[in-house]
Formats: sequence, C-alpha cells, structure tokens
Amino acid sequence: MEEKLKYERPVITKINAGMPDKFGMQAKMPVITEIDEIPVKKLIEQYGSPSFIISEKTIRKTFNEAKRAFTSRYPKVQFAWSYKTNYLNAICKIYHSEGSWAEVVSGFEYDKAVANGIPGNKIIFNGPDKSKEDLIKATENGSYIHIDHFDELYELLSVSEKLEKRPKVAIRVNMDTGVYPQWDRFGFNYENGEAWNALNRIMMSEKMDLVGLHTHIGTYMMTPAPYAVAASKLAELAVRIERKFNHKIKYIDMGGGFASKNTLKGAYLPGKDTCPTFDQYAEAISGALINSDLDPNEMPTLFLETGRALIDDAGYIIGSVLANKRLADGRRSMIIDTGVNILFTSFWYEHEIYPAKEAGSHSEDTTIYGPLCMNIDIIRSAVKFPLLQKGDNYVIKRVGAYNMTQWMQFITLRPKIVLIDTKGKTHIIRENETNESLTSHEKIPDYLK
Amino acid sequence: MKLKKNIAVSESGFLFDPNTGDSFSVNETGKKIIELLKEEKTDDEIIKWFAENYEIDKLTFENNFYDFAAVLQNYHLTE
Amino acid sequence: MKPKYTIAVTGLNNTDNPGPGVPVIRSLREAESFDVRIVGLAYENLEPGIYMENVCDKVYQIPYPSTGSDELMKRIEYIGKREKPDVLIPNFDAELFTFMKSEKYLKETGIKTFLPTIEQFEERHKSELPKFGKKYNFDIPFSKPVTKISDISELRYEFEYPLLVKGKFYDAYLAYTPAQVTEYFNKISAKWGVPIIIQEFIRGTEVNVAALGDGKGNTIAAVPMRKQYITDKGKAWGGITLGDEKLLEITRNLIQKTKWRGGMELEIIKTHSDKYYIIEINPRIPAWIYLAVGAGQNIPEALVKLALGETVEPFKTYDVGKMFIRYSYDLIGDISQFEKLSVTGEL
Repeated sequence: MEEKLKYERPVITKINAGMPDKFGMQAKMPVITEIDEIPVKKLIEQYGSPSFIISEKTIRKTFNEAKRAFTSRYPKVQFAWSYKTNYLNAICKIYHSEGSWAEVVSGFEYDKAVANGIPGNKIIFNGPDKSKEDLIKATENGSYIHIDHFDELYELLSVSEKLEKRPKVAIRVNMDTGVYPQWDRFGFNYENGEAWNALNRIMMSEKMDLVGLHTHIGTYMMTPAPYAVAASKLAELAVRIERKFNHKIKYIDMGGGFASKNTLKGAYLPGKDTCPTFDQYAEAISGALINSDLDPNEMPTLFLETGRALIDDAGYIIGSVLANKRLADGRRSMIIDTGVNILFTSFWYEHEIYPAKEAGSHSEDTTIYGPLCMNIDIIRSAVKFPLLQKGDNYVIKRVGAYNMTQWMQFITLRPKIVLIDTKGKTHIIRENETNESLTSHEKIPDYLK
Repeated sequence: MKLKKNIAVSESGFLFDPNTGDSFSVNETGKKIIELLKEEKTDDEIIKWFAENYEIDKLTFENNFYDFAAVLQNYHLTE
Repeated sequence: MKPKYTIAVTGLNNTDNPGPGVPVIRSLREAESFDVRIVGLAYENLEPGIYMENVCDKVYQIPYPSTGSDELMKRIEYIGKREKPDVLIPNFDAELFTFMKSEKYLKETGIKTFLPTIEQFEERHKSELPKFGKKYNFDIPFSKPVTKISDISELRYEFEYPLLVKGKFYDAYLAYTPAQVTEYFNKISAKWGVPIIIQEFIRGTEVNVAALGDGKGNTIAAVPMRKQYITDKGKAWGGITLGDEKLLEITRNLIQKTKWRGGMELEIIKTHSDKYYIIEINPRIPAWIYLAVGAGQNIPEALVKLALGETVEPFKTYDVGKMFIRYSYDLIGDISQFEKLSVTGEL
C-alpha cells in the first residue's frame, strides 16, 4: 500500500494588513518534547496528566549561579531557603544540601524545617504570625527571630523573662526605596524612626541579643537599584547601633523578591529579556554594603532569602488538551487539564505554554482555559498557539515557585509531583490526592449517616 | 458546503477574497480542503479522501474538518 | 571610489505617525562618503517603506521584540547570513532594549550598531527623568509613575490639572480631569503596559533637538527645530530649524555629562520666562531627521561611520531657517507583493 501523507490539522488564518501593533510577525512556536532528556509523553504515561515535574539539575544549577554572583562580590554570604515558595520536603532538602539554611514564616513551616534536620541555629523565623509557643521554641532552639511589630517585641520580652536562653533577634525594617507600592505592612518603618525606636528598645532591654537587621522590600523587583538603597539604609542603622551601644550586629538580611524570568501581565517585553540577573542584584547589594560606613574588617554576613528566582525555572506542568472549541465570535479556545487551582501564578503571569510535539507552523489567536467549571479559570487569555488535537500534550514552563504551596484542592484532585534527579531518574515526591485521602479528614455527624 | 465562486488559493497557501479584500493564509491540509471544495466535492467525499490519503482516522478528521468549515463560514468564505 | 555598505534599517512605517526608517534611508542614500545597499526590516506587511521606490533593496519581516529577543535574533541571524549587513539601525523605542542587549551578539555575527548603553537608556526613561534631572542638573517637569487606576485619585495632592498622561514608550495626552486620566490610563496601558507616567504640564513652546553623541562626551551633530504644524497625533507636519544657542548648549552639556552614544532627540519646553525644561529624551534618531540633513548635518551618515569605528569630526554649522513640510502620497501596489511578503516574509 502507498504510504500515507503526514497529517496536520487544517488551519486558515486571516492576514491582518496593518501597521505595527503589539503583535506582528509570529515566529514559529518552539516545542518542548522532553524535560531533562525524558520525553514528556513518557512522563505523562507514567505519572498521569497533569503532573508537576521538577528538575533537580536546574535547581542546583540556578542555586550555584546565584551563589557565585554573591560570593564573588561579598566576603560572607548565607542563603536561607524560603519555605513558603516551595516547602516540599524533597525540595527543601536539595537546598539544604547546597548549604541553605531555612527561612520560615509560621510554626508549621518551623516544625517542617526541624523535621528536615535543620538545627535551630540555622532557622530564620520571619513573618507577622508567631505564637507564644513558637517564640519559646525558637528561643530555646537558638533560632533567629525577626521581629515584625511592637506587639511581638513586647511578647518576646515577656517570654524571655521566664527563659534561661536569650532570644537572638533582628527586626524587619520597611522603607522607601523608590519603589511603589512601598511595602509598609511588615516590620518597622525606617523613615519615621520606628525602626530606630525598636532597636533602642531591644538594646535597652538587655534581655535579647540583637544579631541582625532584616528587610524585604517587595516582590518581583524588576530593577536592582532599590536593593542598593535598602542595603545602604540597613548599613546606616548598623553603624548607628555600633556608635551608640558599641554593639556590632552579625548579619544583614536582604530578604528576597528577586524576579524570575516569567512575564508579568501587562508587560510589553518578555520577562526573560527584562528581568535582572543575579549578577545585577548582587552588584547592587554588595556594592552598597561595601561602600557604606561599615567596618571593612568586620563586615556582617549577608543573608539572602531568595525563593522565586531560585526555583521558578525548575518547575514544569505537563498535561493534555481536553478539547478545542470555537467561541461565539469565532475565536479559538482550547481547554487543558491544568486549572488556576493548581496554577495559581497564572493570575499574574503570562505563563509560557508550549506543545509537546511538532504542531505545524500555523497558529491562531487562542484563549486557553483550565478544566474548572468556573469562569475565572483562564490560563492565557490571548496567545498565538498552534492547533492541537484532543489528547495532545503541552508543557507550561517556570511554575516552580508558589504553585506547589498556594495551590488548592478545588473541583479536581491535585496531581503528582515528580522530581527528575541529576542522573535523570524520576521520583514521586508528592503523591496525587485521592478521594480517600481527602475525605479522611471529613466527619459526618451521626444523624446524617 | 460550498465555497464562494471566485475564491482561489495560490500554490504558497495565500488566499485572497476579492469580494471583501481580505487575505488569508492556509496550511497544506487547509489548502487541500479548499482545492477539493473548488472541485465541488461533497463533505463526505472530502472526509473519505483524507482518511485514505493521510495518516488520520476518519472520526478525528471529520471533527477537524467541520471545525475548519466553521472558520471558513465565520470568515464568510462559504455560500 | 566610495565604499559600499549594507545597512539594515527598521521603522519603515512612513505614515501620518511616521517611524524614522524611511528618512534615515533617504539620508544614507545621500551620504557623501559611501554608497549603500539597504535591507529593510519590517514588523508589519503594510509599512509604506516596503513598497516605496528607491528606499529598500530588499525587505524582511521580523518578529516583534515582545515575542522575545531569542526569536528576533534568530531571524536577524537568518537575514545576516543572506545579506551580511555592516550596520543595523533600529528606529523604534520599543525595540531598542532588545537590540542593545544583543549588541555583543550582533557584533560577533559581524553586524555593528551604535546605540546608547543600557544604563544611558534606562536612566532617561520617562519614569526616571526626575532623577536624571537631579543627577545631571537639568530642569525637568515633576513626574510620577502610576501602575494602578486607584492611584489616580491621589494625583491631586501632587499635581495641578491639566497634567500629561504618557505611555512608557509612546503616546501622550493632556488630561484636565481625573476621569480623563483614567480614560488615557486604560488606553495607553492596553497598548504599552504599565507604568503610565504622569507629568506636570509646563506651558511654553516645544522645541526639539536631533543630536548624535560619540560615546566619549563629544557632540558630533545637533540641530534644533520647532514644529510649525502639529497633527492630531502630536506629530510634526512641518518644522523649521532654529538658531537658539541655548538649545545647543543644553544638548552639548547633556551629551558631555552622560557620554551619550548614538542618536537622540531632546524634547524641550521653552517657557515664556525663557526657562528650558527637558520633557523627554528619545534614545534614537527622530522621524524628522531629513531636515537636519537638509540643514547640512547628515546625522545617519555620521552614525554609520561611528558604528564602523571611524573618527568623525563634529559638524560646526547648519542652516537656520530650513523647513520641512511633510506630505502624503498614494503609491500603487499589487496583491502579489503583499502575498509574497505575507507568505515568505521577504520581498
């Protein structure tokens, strides 16, 4: 029999005659057929559709890029893994194996870090929510408590009266770095003198050890300059404390907020072109510290709590097309099996999505919907995308940060998370949910049974 | 389904609708469908022809074909 | 014999809101020191420069920078292999960042550019202009970036109406009420994203300077102009060269302090009390550049020479009172040209 011709879905697209606008000539959409040399198709067959895939190779590579950027510019650098960004134990342990401490913002995260084998004196405890019990535990374990507000400061004072150990503390400072909106809800303000008051209160109390200064100026910072402003303001506080109390702080914690390479909604140029590199952030921060009045012979350690920029690139969602559909006005829509319930970040990113196999050079303006029976379930509202068939696979890039912690069980069950180790072997690091695992937490009152 | 009379598709897949002045681009399979429509083949004949000549099963193609037809209609290229 | 260079040029949209591409090409074709072969780079299939006679020798469609620098550079590499351009002159604000970032890569493939550095480009952004004024000591109108509609009601504490609402790359509207600001905010952000820049409105006469810096602090060329007639899009329909020494002084001062590299256009408001406010610094050659050539300073020619590493002596004079009057003209094309460009991306 004669060999059959290769089939591609028939497509017709209108050529918009026109002047430059936002879109323009469409380059052929690239495809992602494999992740760390494992075919996407195989991963889906093995682990189901959709699945989260995490590349350990990318995690370690990115971490070492960041580390090199800072250690080549500043003498003492310590990273602390931001648990809330992704607190799967396997992921935390990868960062800990690279030398990262733990940065936690709740009692739950604190206990998770302890269970991951992190000694108390390598845990940084941030955030506005620390219970009395949390504060006692953190003090006794010798963890670094970053005080967020005066109520916490006073609670810690009262707690410390009854304890033998002295709490090791820092304060979180918020400030004007020229970036709007200014994050003033966390910590003590620099400009109005509140931070300086808090520091004085701590020093005068003589019940706590002031070991550091902390700030976290915002999220998704697209320019490194504000970090330089923040670093010099913290350095200035450190110098003032030393002058007044003859007390040297041990570290300056610059928090996180480095952007990953995702494209924010409303941005004209893609994030991979515009987001600063680790080198640029490192240059801004270490430059400001080195140029400050801090004693060059005894520079404080620089703590970094970068989360998103370290892990976003390592995470993928792979899945399948559920259906193609024409909307009433003729526009194309495609329904996929990843919804906003597991891809929370699609509310603020234009996530890059690619077919997992060759799909022809023609593409159409497409709205990509998730599988939920909810109007808000939109993954991309308008993207040029080739026409796939039902059951064809896709890959969504850069989903490693926040999705696996902020996701919610809603309408569908949450999928498996699979790690590809550095040797190319796959491991399930979180099982998919089942009806049973979910309902095991439910209780039915006797009269309804 | 019937294509409007004066619509033609070029070798390169460029389609010009002289009725409206709109231009379109079609891929290989789209071009083939338009050529078959110009030859006044029926829908069933086209579906059969594709299933015989391309690596595609009849049902999937039928689904794709009617979707494509809906787009042609949406662009007012059919009668 | 004159050398012959191949030069790739973008911005062929010679419409009522023209890009600088066609005037740049015209200037290059009149260069005294070299001959040119022009490779036009078009984003859209109806940019007039594609179809005009004696403008481009060959045209390629290229993808927008918003699709990512990887894709754009892949296309440039393809074009580079075929045409071997010596110099590339990008002419859109929105594409400059991508070309500046790829400068080294382009150089490796043998294509030279003469663009501002990323630092120069970033610090003159509309949103950064007040800082720029402070750093280099220029008068700048007060301005503030706005990212959310909810911030608009707060503007009355810092601004007096009317005020200017500007896009990151293009577009500027004068708004008399918060409602108008909201309207323009939506209009501009849909096209160019956020932030939107709110700028104090300074009354006076707008004057512009087209200039070229050699990257070492020297002003190679500078021609001031006043728009004589402005279209409803705020573009010049006619303009005249000026002999205002103060404008040249500001330009030389700015280029010297910033060590500006490449073409630029300064937009300046001269108030009735003879104060000069810089309202915008465009990091590229303006669309009215042919007037500068007509007045005796061929800025595109000098830019190409600088890009090729030649030393260029600064222009000393230009003619005051030279005018340009823009006109429109219908040229006849055929669907086959449109087809060829649309299907193959080349013409």
